[in-house]
Amino acid sequence: MSKHLRPNTAQNSSKQSVERSLSDEFASDLVCGRFSSWTTVMASDYDGEQRRIPLRLRSEWSDVTPVPQDDGPNPVVPIAYTEEFTEVMDYFRAVYFADERSPRALSLTTEAINFNAGNYTVWHFRRLLLESLKADLHSELEFLEDIAKGNSKNYQIWHHRRWVAEKLGPQATNRELEFTKTILSMDAKHYHAWSHRQWVLQALGGWEAELDYCGELLEEDIFNNSAWNQRYFVITRSPILGGLKALRESEVHYTVEAIMVHPENESPWRYLRGLYKGDTSSWVNDPQVASVCLKVLHSKNNHVFALSTLLDLICHGFQPNQEFRDAVDALKTSDFDKQDPDLAGNVCSILERVDPIRANYWVWRKSILSQAA
Amino acid sequence: MDPAKGSSPTVTQRDQWMVESQVYDIYHLFATIPPNAQSVMLELLRDRHMEFLIKGLTHLGSAFCVLDANRPWLCYWILHSIALLGESVDDEMETNAIDFLNRCQDPNGGYGGGPGQMPHLATTYAAINALITLGGEKSLASINRDKLSNFLRRMKQPSGGFRMHDEGEIDVRACYTAISVASVLNILDDELIQNVGDYIVSCQTYEGGIAGEPGSEAHGGYTYCGLATMILINKVNRLDLPRLLEWVVFRQGKECGFQGRTNKLVDGCYSFWQGGVVALLQKLCFVINKQMASPDSQEESLDGTSYDESCRSGQTDSSNSYPVDFNNIGYRFIKECGAEEHLFHSIALQQYILLCSQEQEGGLRDKPGKRRDFYHTCYCLSGLSLCQYSWSKYPDSPPLPKAVLGPYSNLLEPTHPLFNVVIERYYEAHEFFSKL
Ligand SMILES: [Zn+2]
Repeated sequence: MSKHLRPNTAQNSSKQSVERSLSDEFASDLVCGRFSSWTTVMASDYDGEQRRIPLRLRSEWSDVTPVPQDDGPNPVVPIAYTEEFTEVMDYFRAVYFADERSPRALSLTTEAINFNAGNYTVWHFRRLLLESLKADLHSELEFLEDIAKGNSKNYQIWHHRRWVAEKLGPQATNRELEFTKTILSMDAKHYHAWSHRQWVLQALGGWEAELDYCGELLEEDIFNNSAWNQRYFVITRSPILGGLKALRESEVHYTVEAIMVHPENESPWRYLRGLYKGDTSSWVNDPQVASVCLKVLHSKNNHVFALSTLLDLICHGFQPNQEFRDAVDALKTSDFDKQDPDLAGNVCSILERVDPIRANYWVWRKSILSQAA
Repeated sequence: MDPAKGSSPTVTQRDQWMVESQVYDIYHLFATIPPNAQSVMLELLRDRHMEFLIKGLTHLGSAFCVLDANRPWLCYWILHSIALLGESVDDEMETNAIDFLNRCQDPNGGYGGGPGQMPHLATTYAAINALITLGGEKSLASINRDKLSNFLRRMKQPSGGFRMHDEGEIDVRACYTAISVASVLNILDDELIQNVGDYIVSCQTYEGGIAGEPGSEAHGGYTYCGLATMILINKVNRLDLPRLLEWVVFRQGKECGFQGRTNKLVDGCYSFWQGGVVALLQKLCFVINKQMASPDSQEESLDGTSYDESCRSGQTDSSNSYPVDFNNIGYRFIKECGAEEHLFHSIALQQYILLCSQEQEGGLRDKPGKRRDFYHTCYCLSGLSLCQYSWSKYPDSPPLPKAVLGPYSNLLEPTHPLFNVVIERYYEAHEFFSKL
């Protein structure tokens, strides 16, 4: 479809530098999408001998008058478009404004997307074309896979993919799960890939192996918060596992084990709290929660999350016994008042010292203790 | 679970250690140089940033073809950065910018990513904020509010969410950009607000932060969008604010900057997204205290109280019998809700922005080793401004010198934490649109 294109390498390197310079994910999230997948799209289509033939020299386009962009006499943020870019967009505007639903229009959108995969207008028109032309949606998935190989942190690619998969229905399930798995094998925290995967599970199914998949990813990288989030998604939403309450016992066990291996890992601490979402009294009263705090406190190392969990437990009515008092006392340095009986206040003071970046927060937490009690 | 406990680091650990060591090298160097050299190092390179920004307004290389559907964003990132620096563009440039943005305005309402492109909520937000930042009658009057209002209503979904564009994706960004624009233009009403709160609440995760869609991972950008939206529609009390606050303060790390998600890397742009969340929460302490005093109330409905009631509850009149004026919420949030507490390390964050995000040649960046760009320049500077005013109860009065890291000449203009436009420009727009 896109055999007419061939990139020139000098431009490629400058494009890559922009991509890198904007490679933060929320940049791509808040703005509507910014990445050209130019370089890698080309890699799959690459033919060293082939040169891109300009549209104006292609006979099939001879009847079309290109429409230049209405930038006005003195535009701000003017982009020094390459000749090819300008030409493709001028022809695109011609077919888009004329609402021409033709195969050549479809192949033109391919070229435009290859130049700028962030142009949502082009993608939108492409969907209209795919519908009008009753195009083969499996080859559309292939096209998307090629584009995504370049830079997949682009809103349009994923929105488009969701649209295609929705049209294909449950027959697309495995392919979508495999596709996201491939992306996640390269970037295990890819926000769009996870969102897509969650949509697939909810809309098309395929839950059977999902908990195991989360387990595999966590085994590879227990700090991967996206995998913890997915685990939470599965245990709370999977139609086959019985829900949060049914799984809580085994999940608490799993999580406590993860905490004990790396008490500095914030993810399982948050997950543990999440296991009791909407059921605070179970959280406060489950001895496993208090006991993991106590164990970590005894180790006297990496105990910020243990202390902050203990503080929250106390604020929610947990009654600590002498063992907790002793464990906290053991963390006091010489400048502390050893006799101060206010355990929650002591926890705040220790946190203020061992977690200085959040000192203001801990001071504030201490200041509102009396009010909460 | 992990038979080779701690023996080989995971990807997360390895990436984190690499960034930490780069950042610590910089801080180490800083700690070892004499005080006068330190203060040079902490200086905000105003002239160089201006040079970088003005250049972008007048010329962008062919590499920017990939941003061809984001040109109102480029306008906003650049113009807002210039405004934060206390500068403005000349009359000719101003006229050109108004004219260009008008060419991005769709005849049926809203702004596209460039002339002739479909209207899109994100570029609409960027265009409106850019025009407010330019200010003046001509700029503000160029916005077709009636058509824009129709566009917003076309994007509105029964579920409470908004679509980004015709047949586009639905997420928390779309809610924020729609509500922000409607609020600032004085066209926000019950119909637009319908069910938006339900949608945002469904995106708050077990971690405490807010995700882009229900089920996704808590993320700084979406958390800012979600929280700001809830404040603007007077429903902030429906969020679990103590958990939200606890989540966001833990996003500031040893590197002194913020990360976007749990166990991800620090990044300068989250100085605004996460820093903005804390800045907003600092003004909501009364509501947070109330939620903390009755910790389980989150499991019940909290529809009753509004920030706005709580905010003024020091005063007497908190009866909720009269209808809320949604279009004044953004104004009153600044004027009436003072920051009572200081909940994050604003000096440390300024240190990260000035020492790690600032490029010597001008412009700001994600982290050492990354390249500058307009997006990070805008959000690093926005975050820096929030830090400088974060000790001030109200942003109208200049902060104390101790709140500003480096020379006092680093002080930027204050920005409105709900819309992220410089406050003076916001006041002008508020006055202009409240008369319409
Ligand atoms: Zn960033």
